Amino acid sequence: MLSIKNLHASVEGKEILKGINLEIKAGEVHAIMGPNGSGKSTLSQVLAGNEAFEVTEGEITLNGDNLLELETEERAREGIFLAFQYPVEIPGVSNLQFLRTAVNAMRQHKGQDEMNAAEFMKLAREISKQVDLDPAFLKRGVNEGFSGGEKKRNEIMQALLLQPKLAILDETDSGLDIDALKVVSDGVNALRAEDRAILMVTHYQRLLNHIVPDYVHVLAGGKIIKSGGRELALELEERGYGWLGIKDEETADSSAN
Amino acid sequence: MATTDTEVNELIKREYEYGFVTDIESDTFEPGLNEDVIARLSGLKKEPEWMLEWRLKAYRRWLEMDEPDWAHVGYPKIDYNSISYYSAPKRPEDMPQSLDEVDPELLKTYEKLGIPLHEREKLAGVAVDAVFDSVSVATTFKEPLAKAGVIFCSISEAIQDYPELVKKYLGSVVPAGDNFFAGLNSAVFSDGTFVYVPKGVRCPMELSTYFRINAANTGQFERTLIIAEDSSYVSYLEGCTAPMRDENQLHAAVVELVALDDAQIKYSTVQNWYPGDEEGKGGIFNFVTKRGAAIGKNSKISWTQVETGSAVTWKYPSCVLRGENSVGEFYSVALTNNYQQADTGTKMIHLGKNTSSTIISKGISAGKSSNAYRGLVKFGPGAEGARNFTQCDSLLIGDRCGAHTFPYIESKNKSAIVEHEATTSKVSDEQMFLCRQRGIEPEQAVSMIVNGFCKEVFKELPMEFAVEAGKLLEVSLEGSVG
Repeated sequence: MLSIKNLHASVEGKEILKGINLEIKAGEVHAIMGPNGSGKSTLSQVLAGNEAFEVTEGEITLNGDNLLELETEERAREGIFLAFQYPVEIPGVSNLQFLRTAVNAMRQHKGQDEMNAAEFMKLAREISKQVDLDPAFLKRGVNEGFSGGEKKRNEIMQALLLQPKLAILDETDSGLDIDALKVVSDGVNALRAEDRAILMVTHYQRLLNHIVPDYVHVLAGGKIIKSGGRELALELEERGYGWLGIKDEETADSSAN
Repeated sequence: MATTDTEVNELIKREYEYGFVTDIESDTFEPGLNEDVIARLSGLKKEPEWMLEWRLKAYRRWLEMDEPDWAHVGYPKIDYNSISYYSAPKRPEDMPQSLDEVDPELLKTYEKLGIPLHEREKLAGVAVDAVFDSVSVATTFKEPLAKAGVIFCSISEAIQDYPELVKKYLGSVVPAGDNFFAGLNSAVFSDGTFVYVPKGVRCPMELSTYFRINAANTGQFERTLIIAEDSSYVSYLEGCTAPMRDENQLHAAVVELVALDDAQIKYSTVQNWYPGDEEGKGGIFNFVTKRGAAIGKNSKISWTQVETGSAVTWKYPSCVLRGENSVGEFYSVALTNNYQQADTGTKMIHLGKNTSSTIISKGISAGKSSNAYRGLVKFGPGAEGARNFTQCDSLLIGDRCGAHTFPYIESKNKSAIVEHEATTSKVSDEQMFLCRQRGIEPEQAVSMIVNGFCKEVFKELPMEFAVEAGKLLEVSLEGSVG
C-alpha cells in the first residue's frame, strides 16, 4: 500500500530524514520507534504533506500513485490520516462543524452525497461514545480548552469518522494516563482492518502492549537502523536505545527534548 | 507551512458577485451641487417648504465645514461638483402602487441580489424596503405592519404623510452640523427609510431595507430614521451592494435611532458595497454617520454590523445613553481585503445613571488592506455607576495587511467602570495544516476559521442573515489563499 524509497527531507535547510526505506501492506500495523530528535515526527509530517518540510530526494507512493505530487488535502482525500501529537485549537469553530466539513469533503471526493447536520450528528454521537467522549464536546470549539487526553481521543475519533487507508499516529500515547491510554488503544484497535494500514510513531514501548504491531522499526539519525517483529520493541524496552549503538549526540538531543 | 502566507495572499481573487449594472431608464441630475440643485431635488419630491428650508440651512452650514482627515485611511480628494445628486429609475406613471407595478428589470436586480421581494413577502416574513439609487422602489408588507400600528415607509413618504414626526426627530440625533458627511447628507438626502413603532408594540416582523447604487457617477445619500416609542421593540436590517465601476462612488448616509422609555432597537447591517478591484481601482467610499439616542430609561440600542465591502469605510455607529439604565451595544465584523481600507468602530456616550455598554469588534485583514478599530467610551459627570466592556480582536491573514486599534476613554465620573480587552492573532500555519490534513480545501479552511473568529458577532444577527453574513465572508475572502 505505502512504499517509501530513499526518502530524504529537510526543514529550513537542515536534513532530518536521510534515506528512509519502508514498505507497508494493507492490514498491517507498523511501529516506528526511536529517541527524540531521530526524525519520527518529521516522517509523519512529510507523509501528510506538511509544506514546512522539503523532500529533497526519494519517493513515496500510495497504491502506486506518487504521493509527493499531491497537496496535503488531496493526500487526505486519498486516505492518508495523521493523528497529531499536538492538535491545534481553532477557536469559535465547533467540533461538530469541523468534523462534518471534513467528512463531507471526503464524501464529495468519493462522489457520495453530503451528510446533513442531523445524519452527521447521529454518527458523531455514536463514535464519540466509542472513544469515551461526552457528546457535549461536539459543540465546543475545535480542541478549545480540551485536556491533553481529550485532544488525543478527538484525534482517534476523527480517524474513526474518516476511515482512512493509512492512519499515521504521531505519539498518540504521549501525555495519557493509563485509563486514557486504554480508551485510545481500543479506538485504534477498532481501526484495524484488512484494507487499512496503521503506522504508529512512538517513543515508548507501552503503547505496543495495547496495540500489538506486526512490525517494529527503529529510526535513528534519520534512517531506519533496525527492523523486526513485536519482540524488537520488548528488547528495546529492556536494553534501551544505546544497545543499538545510537550516537551519543542523539541521546543528548533526546534528553534536551 | 512556509507557503501559507503566499497561499493566503493568493486566496483573494474571487470577483465581486454583485457587480452587474441594471439596464433601466433613469432620470439623473447633471453633476454638481448648489442651492438650485437642492431646490430641484426637493421640488421633484414635492417636499413642503420647511423641508427645503432645512436642507438649505444644512447646505450653507456644510459649505463652511472641512472634510475630516483624522481617520486612518487615504483616498484622492473628492470633487463634490462632479457627483450627480439624484438618480431615479424612470417610470411611466407615478410611484408604483404595488410590486406588480415595479419595473421587472428592477425586480430582476433584486433577485440577482438574492432578495426576491415576492418570495420574501410570502415566505420569509421579512418586510423589505428597497432603495435603488436615490428612491425607494417598493415596500412590502406595509399593510400587515399598519395593522400593528407600525409605520414602515420611505422617508420621502414620511415627509408627506407624517410631517410632525419627521420635524420632531429628523436631525435630533445627528444634527446637520455634526460632521462634514452628515451635513452633506442633510442637504441632499434623496430617500431612505422611516420606521415608527408606537407605544407598547413589538414589531411583528424583521424590517429590512436593501440599498443599491446603480447609476454611474451618482452619490447615494440615504437617510434613515427609526423611532421606538415607550416599551416598543423593533429589529431592522439593511443590506447594500453596488455595480463594479472603475470610478469611486460616494455613499454618505445618515441613520438616526430614537429609543424612548423601555424601548429596544436592534439595527443590523450587512454592508457589501463594491470594494474595488484587486489593484484597488474603483469601489465605494462609505462615509456614514449612524447614531442612536437611548433617551428613555431602560432603553436599549444594539448595533450589529458586518462590513465586507467598500473601498474606504468611515463609520462609527454610536449610542448616546441618556436614559437611566439604558444599554448600548456594538457588535462588529469588519473584513478588508486587497486594497480596502476601513476605519470603523463606535462611540458609547454614557450620560445617564447606571448606563452600560458592550463593544465587541472583530477586525479581519487580508491582502494589502488596512483595518482600524476606532472607539470612544465617554462617561459624563452624571453617569453614576456606568460601565463599559470592550473587546477588540484582530485577525490577520497573510503578512501584507495591517490592523490598528485606537481606543479612547474619557471619564468625568469616578464611579464608572471600563474594561478593555484586545487581541491580535493570525490564521496559523498549524490551523491550516490541520484543516487540510482532514481533506478541507484551503479556501474553505480560511473561511471556517474566520467564521469561528466572528461567531460572537454573528450570533447577534437575525438567523437568516447570519447565514448570509457567513457566506459573504467566504466570498470576500476568495483568493486570499491559493
